Amino acid sequence: MRLHLYPLRKPGYVESVDWSVLSAAEGQRLREFGICEGASIEALHRGGLLGRGPLACKVGRMTIAMRRNHAEAIDVRSGPDAPEQ
Amino acid sequence: MTTIPLVALVGNPNAGKSALFNALTGARQKLGNYPGVTVERKSGRISLSDGRPVELVDLPGTYSLDPTSPDEQVTRDVILGRQEGERLPDALVIVVDAANLENHLRFALELIALGLPTILALNMVDLATRDGLELDANILSRDLGVPVIATVAVRKRGLDHLRGALDGLLDGGARVLRPARPDVGFDARRADARRIARSAIVAETPSRRLTAAVDRVALHPFFGLILLLALLFVMFQAVYAWSEAPIAMIEGWAAATSDAVTAALPDGLLRSFLVDGVINGVGSVVVFLPQILVLFFFILMLEATGYMTRAAFMMDGLMARVGLSGRAFIPLLSSFACAVPGIMATRTISDPKDRLTTILIAPLMTCSARLPVYAVIIGAFIPARTVGPGIGLQGLVLFSLYVAGIIGAFVVALVLRITVTKGKSSGFLMEMPKYQFPRPQDILIGLWQRAVIFLKRAGTIIFASTVILWLLLSFPKPPVGSTVSPVSYSIAGRIAGGLNVVMAPIGFNRDISLALIPAMAAREVAVSALATVYSLEANDDEAALERSLGDRLKGRWSLPTALAFLAWFVFAPQCISTIAVTRRETNGWRWPAFMVGYLFALAYCAAGITFWTATALGLG
Repeated sequence: MRLHLYPLRKPGYVESVDWSVLSAAEGQRLREFGICEGASIEALHRGGLLGRGPLACKVGRMTIAMRRNHAEAIDVRSGPDAPEQ
Repeated sequence: MTTIPLVALVGNPNAGKSALFNALTGARQKLGNYPGVTVERKSGRISLSDGRPVELVDLPGTYSLDPTSPDEQVTRDVILGRQEGERLPDALVIVVDAANLENHLRFALELIALGLPTILALNMVDLATRDGLELDANILSRDLGVPVIATVAVRKRGLDHLRGALDGLLDGGARVLRPARPDVGFDARRADARRIARSAIVAETPSRRLTAAVDRVALHPFFGLILLLALLFVMFQAVYAWSEAPIAMIEGWAAATSDAVTAALPDGLLRSFLVDGVINGVGSVVVFLPQILVLFFFILMLEATGYMTRAAFMMDGLMARVGLSGRAFIPLLSSFACAVPGIMATRTISDPKDRLTTILIAPLMTCSARLPVYAVIIGAFIPARTVGPGIGLQGLVLFSLYVAGIIGAFVVALVLRITVTKGKSSGFLMEMPKYQFPRPQDILIGLWQRAVIFLKRAGTIIFASTVILWLLLSFPKPPVGSTVSPVSYSIAGRIAGGLNVVMAPIGFNRDISLALIPAMAAREVAVSALATVYSLEANDDEAALERSLGDRLKGRWSLPTALAFLAWFVFAPQCISTIAVTRRETNGWRWPAFMVGYLFALAYCAAGITFWTATALGLG
């Protein structure tokens, strides 16, 4: 399920990232924030009065903010812990 | 002669690196720029355990050695020994956030691989413990192959151990190199970081309790916005309320000094110069220092607590609508203190179009230099009346001026993004740091630095402008027996006469035109310029000397004129420093010229519309 549709405050893991829809700088920054296949991720808050603003997520122990187009590129699944990378 | 060793503090943004730098160096810091770029260089001296001096440099935060902004590029170049004007550091202190170890270790591994003598400062261990994370520094040190020192910069914990570890690294001043490890690439470093972090964790609970709890309110779509607006409103009201007593003190000092000089010297050129040119001019600016410091206090607090990025998050929905990133909110908010650091802060915006747009609209944020101007006009023309529960009319007008600047900026940004800076925005990606209580000393150092910067402007640009203005206002003297006033007869009076042909239609008089010329140096010069004009003209009226500048304005300007003056200052780019820094940040005169042109056009239209509307409503 795409991250921007994933329920808030439900722990999940990154299944895959569609890097091709992101610019090189965006992709690099997401990787530097720890977003990669298998990373634990949790959507915390949707900004904007109608929930169309940015998304705040917990990745590991770090909170980051991203826009909808970034969240749309990230596929998330729930379930057991991912195998160690 | 042995060169003093250079040690670089390096790490991810939000690791607490600057707090550690402040804790180690105190107020003994030097602020400058790297040559050829406009990235700030912060250095200071510290002593090792045996008294040997070391130069410490605080490098800009970055996530990797693959830069996406000018700041990050400087950090990489310094560490690789490629930065002009900087030596290769003799040692690195890598500062990591203990509560975010896995993510920060990836960059730390990249740095350690360079082979420079290195220490890892495991910072903010108190916050990590608060959030249920316990780490073993010894295990970490073994796995990384470098000393690991636990620190809490904001409480000065671990600093002696850090100095002791630096002793070992800088033995006899000789550089002790470790063999460089082959660079294993991003993915492998990430896997190593995860493994090492897992190994160092003694105990862990899954969440950051305090930050998560506060964010439920701060990032709530509705309550978060209410909180943000409430904070901004408190900031504006405090600018007046908290500054009242200090302002009275400064005014008393200026009056006493003026009286002393008047009593000590005979009437003549020297006394006129000292009283009207120097004391009156500089005093009229220094008297507003309290307001500026109150504003800076709030901005520094928002940054130090970690709330600043939440504000950017709340604003991103709106910012995106005008083609900007929520990340632009931070430079724009900084521009409320001063557009110069605000424009420089845009260096953290990677996308060139976002960055240029933010630079071009930054002067529309109501900078602290406007406060002296607004305070005099509002104090003189707006009744000190309460218009609601705890809402003063004067505070409300000030708030309205801020809002006018913001709305103007957003409209301009929207227009720019579909014209001169069009193109797809690359988005908004930001780390949101943990909440923490700021260290009072860090706030004080920040306030001190900004006070010094402001007073230097008052002491140089403004003082020079005041003296030049005094000369223009004082020469040539009218012949004995002439009925023409001294001001009208002066050079400045004649220049203002010419300028006023353009300005009269929007309600400005000759005195205003006269004040706008030196106010190009800095907005607050308008206050000292007006003080000088009216003070000089009061030479032949002793009673007038007792009235404040505000009272004098009230007697000479109509309300529509005063309101038009306020509208002019919302938009007009009256700040040579802002124009200069724009040139440096955009590497040429093209964009500064564009900025000056469009802002003056906006100011003229705004003042005109205000004057004509107020006149039509019968406010005159």
